[in-house]
Amino acid sequence: MCGLGTSASALAQRAGGTIRTMLRLPRDLYLQMVGHCITGLPDEACGVLAGDAQSGTVERCYPTRNSAASARVYTVDSADLLRADRDAERAGIQLIGVFHSHTHTDAYPSPTDIDQAPDPAWHYVVVSLRDTSPMVRSYRIAAGRVDEESVIVLGQSAVAVAV
Amino acid sequence: MAVDVRLPTVLRSQAGGRSSVTVEGSTIKDVLDRLVHEFPGMSGQLLNGDGTLHRFVNVYVIDDDVRYLSDLDTPVKDGDEISLLPAVAGG
Repeated sequence: MCGLGTSASALAQRAGGTIRTMLRLPRDLYLQMVGHCITGLPDEACGVLAGDAQSGTVERCYPTRNSAASARVYTVDSADLLRADRDAERAGIQLIGVFHSHTHTDAYPSPTDIDQAPDPAWHYVVVSLRDTSPMVRSYRIAAGRVDEESVIVLGQSAVAVAV
Repeated sequence: MAVDVRLPTVLRSQAGGRSSVTVEGSTIKDVLDRLVHEFPGMSGQLLNGDGTLHRFVNVYVIDDDVRYLSDLDTPVKDGDEISLLPAVAGG
């Protein structure tokens, strides 16, 4: 338990959840993420996000292989994960979140997502491809508690795509 | 043999905020046992009660995931870089 994100989460808990965090995604990275999810159909697709933990700003998106190769579950390929972590470290940033697609269900974390969330400081992005238009939502998950946060797409007039 | 172990952010608070630590060992099991000895707060996140590798952590020797090598028996050499990362999975 460490990092600025955790501090924000602790603050939010002390304030009864009134402090909202957000995920800020440059438009090109947003499109890269959603495009990777669509390309991965019919399986779930996944990847990790790196950037500035304090502001929740994504600076790099790393599409990864889903080593589970499944339409129901995903596992970020371990070699791809290491490459992403090293690249982020070289760039002076850190992994701050993960994204994956839900091919036929809502953009809400599944019980498996909640149980296996590895880091309470991370942002957990779910891209639902159930409907014609992709739905992107982001969450903080700590100790089994799920809090949705805003997703702000940067580089176009600050369109909030969720919440 | 001394190896450098890169720690993920979620474990750094257990190591006084450091992003990597140097420990002794000749296998991954030695390295993880040494880490847990020095930083007991990591124990539940690295190893199961029966001493096997926790499924929510990835351990790498240089570029390779030890699950594809010899798991905890994977040997390490002086100066090897060991990386720990959370296993990222869901449904």
